[in-house]
Amino acid sequence: MRTAMVLLGKDLRLEMRTLETVPAMVLLALVTFVIFHFGLDRDAIDGQLAAGVLTVSLLFSAMLGINRLFVSEREQGGFDAFLLAPVDRSAMLVAKSAAMFAFLVVLEVIALPAFALLLLGPPLGPALPGMILILLLVNLGLSVIGTLVSAIAVHTRARDLIGPIIGLPLLIPALIATARAAGPLLSVHGASSPSGRWLLILALYDLVFALLAYAVFDFLLED
Amino acid sequence: MFFYAPLDVTQGFVQKIFYIHVPLAIVSLCGFMFGGAMAIGYLRTGDRKWDMRSYVAIHMALIFGIGGLITGSIWAKASWGHWWVWNEPTLVSFLIVLLLFCTYQPMRFSIEDPERQSRYASVFAIVAGAFVPLNYVAVQMATAYVHPRVLTLGGANLPPSMGFVFVVSLLAFVLLYVTLWKYEMASKNARSQVRRLRRTLLGDDLVRPVGRSAAPR
Repeated sequence: MRTAMVLLGKDLRLEMRTLETVPAMVLLALVTFVIFHFGLDRDAIDGQLAAGVLTVSLLFSAMLGINRLFVSEREQGGFDAFLLAPVDRSAMLVAKSAAMFAFLVVLEVIALPAFALLLLGPPLGPALPGMILILLLVNLGLSVIGTLVSAIAVHTRARDLIGPIIGLPLLIPALIATARAAGPLLSVHGASSPSGRWLLILALYDLVFALLAYAVFDFLLED
Repeated sequence: MFFYAPLDVTQGFVQKIFYIHVPLAIVSLCGFMFGGAMAIGYLRTGDRKWDMRSYVAIHMALIFGIGGLITGSIWAKASWGHWWVWNEPTLVSFLIVLLLFCTYQPMRFSIEDPERQSRYASVFAIVAGAFVPLNYVAVQMATAYVHPRVLTLGGANLPPSMGFVFVVSLLAFVLLYVTLWKYEMASKNARSQVRRLRRTLLGDDLVRPVGRSAAPR
Protein backbone atom coordinates (compact mmCIF):
# COMPACT_ATOMS: atom_id res chain seq x y z
CA MET A 1 0.00 0.00 0.00
CA ARG A 2 2.86 2.35 0.77
CA THR A 3 4.33 1.68 -2.67
CA ALA A 4 1.03 2.57 -4.27
CA MET A 5 0.90 5.83 -2.30
CA VAL A 6 4.43 6.72 -3.38
CA LEU A 7 3.64 5.98 -7.02
CA LEU A 8 0.40 7.94 -6.82
CA GLY A 9 2.24 10.87 -5.27
CA LYS A 10 4.75 10.73 -8.10
CA ASP A 11 2.04 10.70 -10.76
CA LEU A 12 0.12 13.58 -9.21
CA ARG A 13 3.28 15.65 -8.72
CA LEU A 14 4.26 14.99 -12.32
CA GLU A 15 0.86 16.16 -13.50
CA MET A 16 0.96 19.25 -11.27
CA ARG A 17 4.32 20.27 -12.71
CA THR A 18 3.84 19.45 -16.38
CA LEU A 19 0.05 20.11 -16.62
CA GLU A 20 0.00 17.80 -19.57
CA THR A 21 -3.08 15.58 -19.33
CA VAL A 22 -5.83 17.18 -17.25
CA PRO A 23 -6.00 20.55 -19.04
CA ALA A 24 -6.20 18.71 -22.36
CA MET A 25 -9.02 16.53 -21.02
CA VAL A 26 -10.97 19.56 -19.79
CA LEU A 27 -10.47 21.41 -23.05
CA LEU A 28 -11.63 18.41 -25.06
CA ALA A 29 -14.79 18.16 -22.95
CA LEU A 30 -15.56 21.85 -23.47
CA VAL A 31 -14.96 21.62 -27.21
CA THR A 32 -17.21 18.56 -27.36
CA PHE A 33 -20.01 20.53 -25.67
CA VAL A 34 -19.64 23.25 -28.29
CA ILE A 35 -19.68 20.67 -31.08
CA PHE A 36 -22.79 19.08 -29.64
CA HIS A 37 -24.46 22.48 -29.51
CA PHE A 38 -23.95 22.90 -33.25
CA GLY A 39 -24.42 19.26 -34.11
CA LEU A 40 -27.78 19.06 -32.37
CA ASP A 41 -28.64 22.69 -33.14
CA ARG A 42 -30.09 23.12 -29.66
CA ASP A 43 -29.46 25.83 -27.07
CA ALA A 44 -30.61 23.77 -24.13
CA ILE A 45 -31.08 20.05 -23.73
CA ASP A 46 -32.56 17.94 -20.97
CA GLY A 47 -33.42 14.40 -19.98
CA GLN A 48 -31.91 11.41 -21.71
CA LEU A 49 -30.34 13.54 -24.45
CA ALA A 50 -28.46 15.63 -21.89
CA ALA A 51 -27.31 12.47 -20.10
CA GLY A 52 -26.06 10.99 -23.37
CA VAL A 53 -24.18 14.14 -24.37
CA LEU A 54 -22.55 14.40 -20.94
CA THR A 55 -21.59 10.71 -20.90
CA VAL A 56 -20.07 10.77 -24.37
CA SER A 57 -18.12 13.96 -23.68
CA LEU A 58 -16.72 12.59 -20.45
CA LEU A 59 -15.86 9.33 -22.21
CA PHE A 60 -13.88 11.13 -24.93
CA SER A 61 -11.93 13.09 -22.36
CA ALA A 62 -11.33 9.95 -20.33
CA MET A 63 -9.98 8.14 -23.40
CA LEU A 64 -7.51 10.98 -23.88
CA GLY A 65 -6.28 10.57 -20.31
CA ILE A 66 -6.20 6.78 -20.60
CA ASN A 67 -3.98 6.98 -23.66
CA ARG A 68 -1.47 9.16 -21.83
CA LEU A 69 -1.49 7.15 -18.60
CA PHE A 70 1.58 4.97 -19.18
CA VAL A 71 3.38 7.02 -21.80
CA SER A 72 5.80 8.67 -19.40
CA GLU A 73 6.60 5.32 -17.75
CA ARG A 74 7.50 3.88 -21.10
CA GLU A 75 9.50 6.82 -22.38
CA GLN A 76 11.43 7.47 -19.19
CA GLY A 77 12.02 3.82 -18.28
CA GLY A 78 9.65 3.86 -15.33
CA PHE A 79 8.59 0.28 -16.06
CA ASP A 80 12.13 -1.07 -15.78
CA ALA A 81 12.75 0.81 -12.57
CA PHE A 82 9.48 -0.47 -11.13
CA LEU A 83 10.26 -4.05 -12.11
CA LEU A 84 13.72 -3.83 -10.52
CA ALA A 85 12.27 -2.69 -7.22
CA PRO A 86 11.28 -5.49 -4.81
CA VAL A 87 7.65 -4.39 -4.47
CA ASP A 88 4.23 -5.83 -5.20
CA ARG A 89 3.36 -5.44 -8.87
CA SER A 90 -0.30 -4.70 -8.13
CA ALA A 91 0.79 -1.42 -6.53
CA MET A 92 1.15 -0.07 -10.07
CA LEU A 93 -2.48 -0.90 -10.84
CA VAL A 94 -3.71 0.73 -7.63
CA ALA A 95 -1.58 3.84 -8.12
CA LYS A 96 -2.40 4.35 -11.78
CA SER A 97 -6.11 3.78 -11.21
CA ALA A 98 -6.10 6.23 -8.32
CA ALA A 99 -4.28 8.80 -10.45
CA MET A 100 -6.77 8.32 -13.28
CA PHE A 101 -9.61 8.62 -10.76
CA ALA A 102 -8.19 11.91 -9.51
CA PHE A 103 -7.82 13.23 -13.07
CA LEU A 104 -11.44 12.33 -13.80
CA VAL A 105 -12.67 14.03 -10.64
CA VAL A 106 -10.83 17.23 -11.57
CA LEU A 107 -12.25 16.97 -15.08
CA GLU A 108 -15.80 16.59 -13.80
CA VAL A 109 -15.49 19.35 -11.22
CA ILE A 110 -14.89 21.71 -14.15
CA ALA A 111 -16.89 20.01 -16.90
CA LEU A 112 -20.14 19.43 -15.02
CA PRO A 113 -20.74 23.11 -14.11
CA ALA A 114 -19.66 24.06 -17.63
CA PHE A 115 -22.18 21.61 -19.02
CA ALA A 116 -24.91 23.08 -16.81
CA LEU A 117 -23.93 26.57 -17.96
CA LEU A 118 -23.62 25.85 -21.67
CA LEU A 119 -26.14 23.19 -22.55
CA LEU A 120 -28.29 21.92 -19.71
CA GLY A 121 -31.87 23.25 -19.65
CA PRO A 122 -33.13 22.41 -16.13
CA PRO A 123 -31.06 23.61 -13.15
CA LEU A 124 -28.32 21.29 -11.97
CA GLY A 125 -28.85 21.92 -8.24
CA PRO A 126 -31.47 19.30 -7.35
CA ALA A 127 -29.78 16.60 -9.42
CA LEU A 128 -26.31 17.27 -8.02
CA PRO A 129 -26.10 14.66 -5.20
CA GLY A 130 -27.34 11.92 -7.50
CA MET A 131 -25.00 12.97 -10.27
CA ILE A 132 -22.03 12.96 -7.91
CA LEU A 133 -22.86 9.41 -6.85
CA ILE A 134 -23.22 8.20 -10.44
CA LEU A 135 -20.05 9.92 -11.58
CA LEU A 136 -18.02 8.52 -8.69
CA LEU A 137 -19.13 5.00 -9.59
CA VAL A 138 -18.45 5.40 -13.29
CA ASN A 139 -15.07 7.02 -12.56
CA LEU A 140 -14.09 3.89 -10.70
CA GLY A 141 -14.95 1.72 -13.70
CA LEU A 142 -13.29 4.10 -16.16
CA SER A 143 -10.09 4.26 -14.17
CA VAL A 144 -9.77 0.50 -13.58
CA ILE A 145 -10.59 -0.51 -17.16
CA GLY A 146 -8.55 2.41 -18.43
CA THR A 147 -5.46 1.34 -16.50
CA LEU A 148 -5.80 -2.25 -17.68
CA VAL A 149 -6.33 -1.32 -21.33
CA SER A 150 -3.62 1.31 -21.24
CA ALA A 151 -1.15 -1.21 -19.81
CA ILE A 152 -1.97 -3.59 -22.67
CA ALA A 153 -1.85 -0.89 -25.30
CA VAL A 154 1.36 0.83 -24.26
CA HIS A 155 3.54 -2.08 -25.33
CA THR A 156 1.90 -2.52 -28.72
CA ARG A 157 3.08 -0.95 -31.94
CA ALA A 158 -0.16 0.95 -32.65
CA ARG A 159 -0.80 1.98 -29.08
CA ASP A 160 -2.97 5.01 -29.74
CA LEU A 161 -5.29 2.80 -31.76
CA ILE A 162 -5.35 -0.32 -29.63
CA GLY A 163 -6.29 1.51 -26.41
CA PRO A 164 -9.58 2.98 -27.60
CA ILE A 165 -10.69 0.03 -29.72
CA ILE A 166 -10.33 -2.38 -26.81
CA GLY A 167 -11.46 0.09 -24.18
CA LEU A 168 -14.66 1.37 -25.75
CA PRO A 169 -16.50 -1.97 -26.12
CA LEU A 170 -15.39 -2.96 -22.61
CA LEU A 171 -16.84 0.26 -21.22
CA ILE A 172 -20.20 0.07 -22.99
CA PRO A 173 -22.13 -1.55 -20.09
CA ALA A 174 -20.86 1.10 -17.67
CA LEU A 175 -21.81 3.85 -20.10
CA ILE A 176 -25.29 2.44 -20.64
CA ALA A 177 -25.81 2.39 -16.90
CA THR A 178 -24.45 5.92 -16.47
CA ALA A 179 -26.55 7.43 -19.21
CA ARG A 180 -29.70 5.64 -18.07
CA ALA A 181 -29.19 6.55 -14.44
CA ALA A 182 -28.45 10.20 -15.21
CA GLY A 183 -31.30 10.65 -17.70
CA PRO A 184 -34.20 11.02 -15.24
CA LEU A 185 -32.08 13.27 -13.00
CA LEU A 186 -31.46 15.78 -15.78
CA SER A 187 -35.03 16.02 -17.07
CA VAL A 188 -37.21 19.06 -16.42
CA HIS A 189 -39.32 17.67 -13.60
CA GLY A 190 -36.78 15.03 -12.85
CA ALA A 191 -36.38 12.48 -10.13
CA SER A 192 -34.18 13.62 -7.28
CA SER A 193 -32.38 10.29 -6.80
CA PRO A 194 -31.09 7.85 -9.42
CA SER A 195 -32.72 4.47 -9.71
CA GLY A 196 -31.04 1.83 -7.57
CA ARG A 197 -30.99 -0.72 -10.37
CA TRP A 198 -28.50 1.22 -12.49
CA LEU A 199 -26.35 2.08 -9.51
CA LEU A 200 -26.28 -1.61 -8.68
CA ILE A 201 -25.20 -2.49 -12.23
CA LEU A 202 -22.45 0.14 -12.09
CA ALA A 203 -21.26 -1.06 -8.70
CA LEU A 204 -21.29 -4.69 -9.83
CA TYR A 205 -19.39 -3.79 -12.98
CA ASP A 206 -16.78 -1.88 -10.98
CA LEU A 207 -16.39 -4.73 -8.52
CA VAL A 208 -16.03 -7.48 -11.12
CA PHE A 209 -13.52 -5.60 -13.22
CA ALA A 210 -11.54 -4.38 -10.23
CA LEU A 211 -11.12 -7.98 -9.07
CA LEU A 212 -10.32 -9.19 -12.60
CA ALA A 213 -7.80 -6.41 -13.16
CA TYR A 214 -6.18 -7.19 -9.82
CA ALA A 215 -5.92 -10.85 -10.83
CA VAL A 216 -4.39 -10.36 -14.28
CA PHE A 217 -2.42 -7.12 -13.98
CA ASP A 218 0.77 -8.80 -12.78
CA PHE A 219 1.13 -10.58 -16.10
CA LEU A 220 1.19 -7.30 -18.00
CA LEU A 221 4.31 -6.11 -16.20
CA GLU A 222 6.47 -9.25 -16.30
CA ASP A 223 9.49 -9.09 -18.51
CA MET B 1 -34.86 -29.97 -39.32
CA PHE B 2 -36.84 -29.23 -42.46
CA PHE B 3 -39.16 -32.21 -42.42
CA TYR B 4 -39.53 -33.26 -38.82
CA ALA B 5 -40.18 -29.94 -37.07
CA PRO B 6 -43.65 -28.47 -37.59
CA LEU B 7 -44.03 -25.18 -39.47
CA ASP B 8 -44.43 -22.14 -37.26
CA VAL B 9 -47.98 -20.80 -37.30
CA THR B 10 -47.16 -17.11 -37.65
CA GLN B 11 -43.77 -17.15 -39.35
CA GLY B 12 -43.98 -20.18 -41.59
CA PHE B 13 -40.86 -21.46 -43.30
CA VAL B 14 -38.69 -18.49 -42.28
CA GLN B 15 -38.72 -19.72 -38.72
CA LYS B 16 -36.44 -22.61 -39.78
CA ILE B 17 -33.45 -20.25 -39.67
CA PHE B 18 -33.91 -20.31 -35.91
CA TYR B 19 -32.30 -23.76 -35.87
CA ILE B 20 -29.15 -22.30 -37.43
CA HIS B 21 -29.03 -18.80 -35.96
CA VAL B 22 -29.55 -19.54 -32.27
CA PRO B 23 -27.07 -22.45 -32.06
CA LEU B 24 -24.48 -20.38 -33.95
CA ALA B 25 -24.83 -17.51 -31.52
CA ILE B 26 -24.83 -19.71 -28.41
CA VAL B 27 -21.81 -21.71 -29.60
CA SER B 28 -19.94 -18.54 -30.46
CA LEU B 29 -20.52 -16.97 -27.03
CA CYS B 30 -19.49 -20.22 -25.34
CA GLY B 31 -16.46 -20.32 -27.65
CA PHE B 32 -15.36 -16.88 -26.44
CA MET B 33 -15.63 -18.00 -22.84
CA PHE B 34 -13.83 -21.24 -23.69
CA GLY B 35 -11.02 -19.14 -25.17
CA GLY B 36 -10.84 -17.21 -21.90
CA ALA B 37 -10.62 -20.46 -19.93
CA MET B 38 -7.77 -21.69 -22.16
CA ALA B 39 -6.02 -18.35 -21.59
CA ILE B 40 -6.10 -18.97 -17.82
CA GLY B 41 -4.24 -22.19 -18.62
CA TYR B 42 -1.57 -20.21 -20.44
CA LEU B 43 -1.05 -17.72 -17.64
CA ARG B 44 -0.79 -20.54 -15.09
CA THR B 45 1.60 -22.78 -16.99
CA GLY B 46 3.31 -20.50 -19.49
CA ASP B 47 3.01 -23.28 -22.08
CA ARG B 48 2.51 -22.02 -25.64
CA LYS B 49 0.05 -24.71 -26.58
CA TRP B 50 -2.56 -23.18 -24.26
CA ASP B 51 -2.19 -19.88 -26.04
CA MET B 52 -2.64 -21.66 -29.35
CA ARG B 53 -5.81 -23.29 -28.02
CA SER B 54 -7.15 -19.96 -26.82
CA TYR B 55 -6.29 -18.28 -30.12
CA VAL B 56 -7.96 -20.96 -32.22
CA ALA B 57 -11.01 -21.00 -29.94
CA ILE B 58 -11.51 -17.25 -30.26
CA HIS B 59 -10.81 -17.30 -33.98
CA MET B 60 -13.43 -19.99 -34.56
CA ALA B 61 -15.94 -18.34 -32.25
CA LEU B 62 -15.49 -15.09 -34.18
CA ILE B 63 -16.35 -16.83 -37.45
CA PHE B 64 -19.36 -18.51 -35.85
CA GLY B 65 -20.39 -15.18 -34.35
CA ILE B 66 -20.33 -13.38 -37.70
CA GLY B 67 -22.39 -16.23 -39.14
CA GLY B 68 -24.83 -15.86 -36.27
CA LEU B 69 -25.10 -12.12 -36.81
CA ILE B 70 -25.81 -12.51 -40.53
CA THR B 71 -28.42 -15.25 -40.07
CA GLY B 72 -29.98 -13.25 -37.25
CA SER B 73 -30.19 -10.21 -39.46
CA ILE B 74 -31.93 -12.22 -42.19
CA TRP B 75 -34.37 -13.60 -39.66
CA ALA B 76 -35.06 -10.14 -38.25
CA LYS B 77 -35.75 -8.78 -41.74
CA ALA B 78 -38.12 -11.63 -42.44
CA SER B 79 -40.06 -11.64 -39.19
CA TRP B 80 -39.85 -8.03 -37.89
CA GLY B 81 -39.31 -6.23 -41.19
CA HIS B 82 -36.00 -4.58 -40.27
CA TRP B 83 -32.42 -5.69 -40.76
CA TRP B 84 -31.45 -4.33 -37.41
CA VAL B 85 -33.55 -3.75 -34.30
CA TRP B 86 -32.09 -1.63 -31.50
CA ASN B 87 -34.59 -2.48 -28.78
CA GLU B 88 -33.46 -6.05 -28.75
CA PRO B 89 -31.04 -6.86 -25.92
CA THR B 90 -29.73 -10.16 -27.22
CA LEU B 91 -28.84 -8.65 -30.59
CA VAL B 92 -27.20 -5.54 -29.16
CA SER B 93 -25.20 -7.33 -26.51
CA PHE B 94 -24.04 -9.81 -29.12
CA LEU B 95 -22.87 -6.98 -31.34
CA ILE B 96 -20.91 -5.41 -28.48
CA VAL B 97 -19.20 -8.71 -27.68
CA LEU B 98 -18.36 -9.20 -31.34
CA LEU B 99 -16.92 -5.68 -31.60
CA LEU B 100 -14.77 -6.37 -28.57
CA PHE B 101 -13.43 -9.64 -29.92
CA CYS B 102 -12.77 -8.11 -33.34
CA THR B 103 -9.97 -6.19 -31.60
CA TYR B 104 -8.28 -9.41 -30.51
CA GLN B 105 -6.43 -9.95 -33.78
CA PRO B 106 -5.32 -6.34 -34.38
CA MET B 107 -3.96 -6.41 -30.83
CA ARG B 108 -1.97 -9.56 -31.51
CA PHE B 109 -0.66 -8.09 -34.76
CA SER B 110 0.70 -5.04 -33.10
CA ILE B 111 2.83 -6.86 -30.52
CA GLU B 112 6.02 -8.21 -32.01
CA ASP B 113 7.65 -10.14 -29.21
CA PRO B 114 5.93 -13.59 -29.37
CA GLU B 115 6.13 -14.26 -25.65
CA ARG B 116 4.65 -10.90 -24.74
CA GLN B 117 2.04 -11.33 -27.48
CA SER B 118 0.84 -14.57 -25.91
CA ARG B 119 0.76 -13.08 -22.43
CA TYR B 120 -1.15 -9.95 -23.43
CA ALA B 121 -3.54 -11.89 -25.62
CA SER B 122 -4.28 -14.21 -22.69
CA VAL B 123 -4.98 -11.29 -20.38
CA PHE B 124 -7.29 -9.86 -23.00
CA ALA B 125 -9.03 -13.20 -23.52
CA ILE B 126 -9.71 -13.62 -19.80
CA VAL B 127 -11.05 -10.10 -19.31
CA ALA B 128 -13.17 -10.29 -22.45
CA GLY B 129 -14.41 -13.78 -21.58
CA ALA B 130 -15.65 -12.53 -18.22
CA PHE B 131 -17.14 -9.54 -19.99
CA VAL B 132 -19.50 -11.74 -22.05
CA PRO B 133 -22.05 -12.61 -19.32
CA LEU B 134 -21.74 -9.24 -17.57
CA ASN B 135 -22.43 -7.33 -20.75
CA TYR B 136 -25.40 -9.55 -21.45
CA VAL B 137 -26.98 -8.70 -18.10
CA ALA B 138 -26.37 -4.96 -18.50
CA VAL B 139 -27.80 -4.72 -21.99
CA GLN B 140 -30.74 -6.90 -21.16
CA MET B 141 -31.71 -4.56 -18.34
CA ALA B 142 -31.43 -1.56 -20.61
CA THR B 143 -33.98 -2.64 -23.19
CA ALA B 144 -37.37 -4.22 -23.48
CA TYR B 145 -37.92 -7.73 -24.70
CA VAL B 146 -38.70 -8.37 -28.35
CA HIS B 147 -36.99 -11.68 -28.93
CA PRO B 148 -39.22 -14.63 -28.33
CA ARG B 149 -38.11 -15.85 -24.93
CA VAL B 150 -37.34 -19.36 -25.98
CA LEU B 151 -34.82 -20.41 -23.42
CA THR B 152 -35.64 -19.00 -20.02
CA LEU B 153 -34.24 -20.20 -16.74
CA GLY B 154 -37.55 -21.89 -16.05
CA GLY B 155 -37.08 -24.15 -19.06
CA ALA B 156 -37.69 -24.02 -22.77
CA ASN B 157 -41.11 -22.92 -23.92
CA LEU B 158 -41.19 -24.64 -27.27
CA PRO B 159 -43.44 -27.42 -28.45
CA PRO B 160 -41.69 -30.75 -27.82
CA SER B 161 -40.98 -31.59 -31.45
CA MET B 162 -39.46 -28.16 -32.11
CA GLY B 163 -37.51 -28.40 -28.88
CA PHE B 164 -36.10 -31.74 -29.94
CA VAL B 165 -34.96 -30.38 -33.31
CA PHE B 166 -33.45 -27.35 -31.59
CA VAL B 167 -31.45 -29.50 -29.19
CA VAL B 168 -30.24 -31.67 -32.06
CA SER B 169 -29.10 -28.67 -34.09
CA LEU B 170 -27.46 -27.09 -31.05
CA LEU B 171 -25.59 -30.34 -30.50
CA ALA B 172 -24.65 -30.44 -34.17
CA PHE B 173 -23.18 -26.94 -34.02
CA VAL B 174 -21.29 -27.70 -30.82
CA LEU B 175 -19.78 -30.73 -32.50
CA LEU B 176 -19.01 -28.69 -35.61
CA TYR B 177 -17.23 -26.12 -33.46
CA VAL B 178 -15.24 -28.76 -31.61
CA THR B 179 -14.30 -30.51 -34.85
CA LEU B 180 -13.21 -27.32 -36.55
CA TRP B 181 -11.27 -26.35 -33.46
CA LYS B 182 -9.41 -29.66 -33.36
CA TYR B 183 -8.80 -29.53 -37.10
CA GLU B 184 -7.36 -26.03 -36.92
CA MET B 185 -5.21 -27.00 -33.93
CA ALA B 186 -3.82 -29.97 -35.84
CA SER B 187 -3.14 -27.82 -38.88
CA LYS B 188 -1.34 -25.14 -36.87
CA ASN B 189 0.74 -27.68 -35.00
CA ALA B 190 1.65 -29.51 -38.19
CA ARG B 191 2.67 -26.28 -39.84
CA SER B 192 4.95 -25.28 -37.02
CA GLN B 193 6.52 -28.75 -36.95
CA VAL B 194 7.15 -28.65 -40.69
CA ARG B 195 8.79 -25.26 -40.30
CA ARG B 196 11.00 -26.55 -37.54
CA LEU B 197 12.04 -29.55 -39.63
CA ARG B 198 12.76 -27.43 -42.68
CA ARG B 199 14.81 -25.10 -40.58
CA THR B 200 16.97 -27.90 -39.21
CA LEU B 201 17.37 -29.50 -42.64
CA LEU B 202 17.86 -26.43 -44.80
CA GLY B 203 19.26 -23.92 -42.34
CA ASP B 204 17.72 -20.67 -41.13
CA ASP B 205 18.37 -18.64 -44.26
CA LEU B 206 16.47 -20.79 -46.72
CA VAL B 207 13.21 -20.92 -44.79
CA ARG B 208 10.99 -18.00 -45.65
CA PRO B 209 9.62 -16.04 -42.68
CA VAL B 210 5.95 -16.49 -41.88
CA GLY B 211 3.63 -14.07 -43.64
CA ARG B 212 1.17 -11.85 -41.85
CA SER B 213 -0.50 -13.93 -39.21
CA ALA B 214 -1.68 -13.13 -35.72
CA ALA B 215 -1.39 -16.75 -34.67
CA PRO B 216 1.05 -17.71 -31.94
CA ARG B 217 4.38 -18.71 -33.42
